Amino acid sequence: MTFQVVKPILSALLQIIILLLGIAWLLDSGAQAMGYSWQWQRIPDYIFFYEEGQWWSAELIDGLLVTLKISALSLIATLLIGLITALLRVSDSIIGRILARSYIELIRNTPLLVQIYLLYFVFGPVIGLDRFSTAILALAIFQGAYTAEIFRAGLNSIDTGQFEAAKSLGLSTYFTYKDVILPQVLQRTLPPLTNEVVSLIKNSSIVSVMAIFDLTTEGRNIVAETAMPFEIWFTVAAIYLLLTLSLSALSAWLEHKLGTQWRAH
Amino acid sequence: MKKTNGKAIEFEHVDKWFGAFQALKKINLSVEEGEIVVICGPSGSGKSTLIRCINGLEPYTSGQVKVFDSLDLNQQKGKVGMVFQHFYLFPHLSVLENLTLAPLRSLKLSKQAAKDLAMHFLERVKIDDQADKYPAQLSGGQQQRVAIARSLCMMPRIMLFDEPTSALDPEMINEVLDVMVELAQEGMTMICVTHEMGFAKKVADRVVFMDEGEVIEIATPENLFNSPKHKRTKAFLNKILAH
Ligand SMILES: Nc1ncnc2c1ncn2[C@@H]1O[C@H](COP(=O)(O)OP(=O)(O)O)[C@@H](O)[C@H]1O
Ligand SMILES: [Mg+2]
Repeated sequence: MTFQVVKPILSALLQIIILLLGIAWLLDSGAQAMGYSWQWQRIPDYIFFYEEGQWWSAELIDGLLVTLKISALSLIATLLIGLITALLRVSDSIIGRILARSYIELIRNTPLLVQIYLLYFVFGPVIGLDRFSTAILALAIFQGAYTAEIFRAGLNSIDTGQFEAAKSLGLSTYFTYKDVILPQVLQRTLPPLTNEVVSLIKNSSIVSVMAIFDLTTEGRNIVAETAMPFEIWFTVAAIYLLLTLSLSALSAWLEHKLGTQWRAH
Repeated sequence: MKKTNGKAIEFEHVDKWFGAFQALKKINLSVEEGEIVVICGPSGSGKSTLIRCINGLEPYTSGQVKVFDSLDLNQQKGKVGMVFQHFYLFPHLSVLENLTLAPLRSLKLSKQAAKDLAMHFLERVKIDDQADKYPAQLSGGQQQRVAIARSLCMMPRIMLFDEPTSALDPEMINEVLDVMVELAQEGMTMICVTHEMGFAKKVADRVVFMDEGEVIEIATPENLFNSPKHKRTKAFLNKILAH
């Protein structure tokens, strides 16, 4: 019985280890051919260092914190923009629908980098936004267009009977959405929303073009100083991966927690 | 006919068009306060459309519908309760939360007052022991009784029922009908779309027969079921009695 459960896990682990060993061997032999000397032992210094009897966060951790801060703030803005756009798209107002539709098409059909340049060099200075706010706004405007479509699909998946029941109970439009519709939309859209958060975190690396000291910028600076690009970029990638994977795990847990009690046993 | 305290609902020459399709044709119908009216008729005859015009879920095309002498149906929110064929409980809220939501938000009751009110009506529909469960954990009959209690929490003056037992397994129909009979006997004004003839005979003051968007015949249950005047009514009764 236990063996039946353990066996596939063991066999999967074995396959992963063989694969990783293979990749490591390939990289190592390639690096040796290039005359590259690995200096993995120096990496921890860029994460934490010890000085004057105390531990301090080093560049990579500082960069990670900036990335987290930018991602968290633009996530809030993204959800707001996405929700408002989705509500406009399903609203009775023709102007509202056109506005929402145009925004979505505009954003989805131009590259993020161009949008960032436009905001950074044109709109930001014109409306007097600082660099950090511009970065947050640019990410939120971009991700908001995709999130809006997720919310819209979620809204459309709710049975009209839910709206009718709320109306017949005398609930106002505000409370109908806040207490009845949106909690159900959120539960249903949690998996695609998580994907949006993951892609938001990944896209946040693009703000490094605006000279913001996020994880990617810090990585590039260290590489410029130390000439050990392999180790640093592997480490940076691993930190991003750790971040996004734990997020997916969190969302899976949350979805389970939100969903199980509502559904039939 | 019993107590006549005034008009609760008045349809005057009401037409309803869905695009090029006329779902209601020149409906004239008035319902007294405290009256129990059962509406029956074949599927697609406009029964749902008719009762949905009473609480503003379906805007009518012409004519007028007055509820307690008011034309503004949105003003009556919560005062005209509605029970649907498919319950439409809020799946993410517990039974208790389903009941307290509208009183908290619309009547601005305190939490304790809303809870007391909810428990009172849950006891009345004999389901107070399930207050903390979620709708999906209940049987269909239990869910429909919760839906009735949820409407009652808004202290409605009229209750609309749109085929409340059609989606239920046969063994659960009576538990819902019992609640409706009790409500009727307490003097609630009720309009029920249903084919439950036993229920109609027991409590209805009048039965309305509809076909193809028209009111064909209105009579007491005895007269309508035993000696229908119109041949379309006869044909319909023959069909449902055959089952
Ligand atoms: N939203 C709608 N759009 C178009 N036609 C509709 C709509 N709702 C109902 N109808 C049509 O109106 C007629 C009456 O429907 P309904 O009132 O639901 O009948 P009943 O409840 O008696 O079965 C049906 O032919 C139905 O197809
Ligand atoms: Mg119907």
